[in-house]
Amino acid sequence: MRQRAGRGRSAAARRSAMFSPAILLAAVLNGLMTGAVYALVALGLTLIYGVLHIINFAHGALLTAAMFAAFFVHRLLGLDPYVAAVFLAPLFFLVGYGLQRFIIGPAAHGEDRNILLVTLGLAVTIENALLYAFGADTRTINLPYAFDVVEVGPALLAVPRIVAFIVVFAVALGLWLVMRWTDIGKAIRAVAKEKLGAELAGIDVAHVYAVTFGLGTACVAIAACLLIPSYYVNPHSGNAFVLIAFTIVVLGGMGSVPGALIGGLFVGVVESLSGYYLGESLGQVSIFVMFILVLLFRPRGLFGERA
Amino acid sequence: MPRQFLPVSRRQLLQSTVLGAAATVAGALSAPAVLRAQAAPVKIGVLHPVSGALSYSGQQGRIGATMAIDEINLAGGLKALGGAKIEPMLGDAQSTPEGGNAEVEKMNAAGVAAVVGGYASSICLSASQTAARYDLPYIVDVGVVDSIVTRGLKNTFRFGPGFGVIAKTALDNLVILNDQAGKPAKTVVIVHEDSAFGSGLAKLLNTQLPERGFQILETIPHPTPTRDFNNVALKIKAQNPDLVIPANYYNEYVLLARTMQQQRVRPKGIYSVLGGAASSYKFVKEFHGAAQYIMDCNHWFDPKNPKALALKKKIEDKNEFYTYEVYMNYSCMLLLADAIERAAGTDRSKIITALRDSTFAGHVMPYGPTRFVDGQNQGAAPVNTQVLDNDIQVIFPASFASAKPVFPMPRA
Repeated sequence: MRQRAGRGRSAAARRSAMFSPAILLAAVLNGLMTGAVYALVALGLTLIYGVLHIINFAHGALLTAAMFAAFFVHRLLGLDPYVAAVFLAPLFFLVGYGLQRFIIGPAAHGEDRNILLVTLGLAVTIENALLYAFGADTRTINLPYAFDVVEVGPALLAVPRIVAFIVVFAVALGLWLVMRWTDIGKAIRAVAKEKLGAELAGIDVAHVYAVTFGLGTACVAIAACLLIPSYYVNPHSGNAFVLIAFTIVVLGGMGSVPGALIGGLFVGVVESLSGYYLGESLGQVSIFVMFILVLLFRPRGLFGERA
Repeated sequence: MPRQFLPVSRRQLLQSTVLGAAATVAGALSAPAVLRAQAAPVKIGVLHPVSGALSYSGQQGRIGATMAIDEINLAGGLKALGGAKIEPMLGDAQSTPEGGNAEVEKMNAAGVAAVVGGYASSICLSASQTAARYDLPYIVDVGVVDSIVTRGLKNTFRFGPGFGVIAKTALDNLVILNDQAGKPAKTVVIVHEDSAFGSGLAKLLNTQLPERGFQILETIPHPTPTRDFNNVALKIKAQNPDLVIPANYYNEYVLLARTMQQQRVRPKGIYSVLGGAASSYKFVKEFHGAAQYIMDCNHWFDPKNPKALALKKKIEDKNEFYTYEVYMNYSCMLLLADAIERAAGTDRSKIITALRDSTFAGHVMPYGPTRFVDGQNQGAAPVNTQVLDNDIQVIFPASFASAKPVFPMPRA
């Protein structure tokens, strides 16, 4: 209700309006929706880390490339980004497989620290290729349903966010099923646990590495298709997500799939609430403060197995 | 060796003398275009942010400037320079001040006679400063921050109005509007982008609105680009102000208005000061529901000037939108061409003098003849508009208002 003190509203009334439960709930729900997409990007990153034990610096550049792909598939073929995801996910799986099998793997010469530099080099190459091809322009697409809303209690949630939320959980479930029940899933888990033993048991480790990298890249392609209806794309747009994804991976525990999911949702809510209370620019700061705190006090993360 | 002492051969000298004589005669007799084409073209820098976050506005500005150049060239070029054609040197500031600087350096090296454009305040500030180092005349097309013309730069001229004038007009008219409606509005939330333009305006509003009886509940800054206004819309919803005053560029303005519509945030009025999209035909056409009833205090063409209406038709026939960037740049280019004519050459200091003494009335804005004091055109002033039924109407000043304001907004 409106209260007026003299000419206008008192400071206390203004503060209490900021903490009204309906608004708070809306901010939390918004955060969960954004967090789901963060979680998907982090899922790809943590999967690659968990199996290959490398930090993939090219993750952000691959996300940007996938966003460009989703953008141009819509612009040139008129294909809805959600439909495009069905084609882009396998395509980017192949891209990821090829990158690991023919570039990153051979270039590493068996040294993990080489891989770090190779992925960093890939990131720079991809980003600059995109910059050269498409310029620094920020592009967006307009979809008829982009501003449709669904009422959830007092909150009005945008349709693309709800779709993203559901798809992320479907992808996570699918990934879990693959890892649990399929031969390749078992092979991936075996390589992650004990590389030498797996190799002795006859598992083709190079193939498993490449499949894992492909799966991580496919996650990024799906995330791009979920983002493009409500976000913009330019040659650097992926970076914002990957910095956050690194935080999530550290928070959830390196290599942990449930950690990535829960960490993603948590970071989304923290960002939304601090953005709401502290302002848009400080919203991101709180994420990185959290990153440092986790590294200081719980370096193996919430769900991490190893120190 | 002797050749070096005679840089111009006898034949060349003869040719140029004959040509010179011909040009003089041609000028006097208004001779056919064949002869005129032989005068060296005059290069002019046309600087806009055509890529990056401000690309839409930059592209619109470029359309206006090049259209004026095409018209001048078609009509026989610059008469005082023997019918010399204007050759635009297009520059892309990439939506950053550094980008603008780099382009001005290039333009200077290429020997342009003057630079027109900049669009964003931050780009205009740095680009004109760079131009000043080379005594290169610089006409600011839009940039409204007052410090653009208070730095004592002799080369910099602003054709349009600055913040001070715009804010005063906007606030005076807001008070009139509110009084006429029986003072329904008391509380305000300001949403502004965080560079020179938005922050400067927010600061000004924060001192001036309380003096006029309004209470500011909150001032919300955001970066450009921003792709999510959900938190901002929630904040506005929580504060439930009577008025929302947005000060941001096109993309963010549209997104904010659409998010407010989506989140069903309905204040009594959305009143912008230099709203990036509030008086844009593009916004009104594409997102009519979000744009309806939005009021703005902004640059606007003179609706009683037949030249302005002819230009509107010409732009719309090309399937472009007649936005303020178009007619501001069109006018600035005509203003510059007039100054070069009076300077009778491309000498930079003479063009600066000609601009300083300019009394140019051939533009399409409701400013009257130009009169520059310390680089600022004294007649420049904004008008108030409102989006009503798929069109943009002028609501203030009364002298050429085309509709009565609808305030408070009717509840949907």
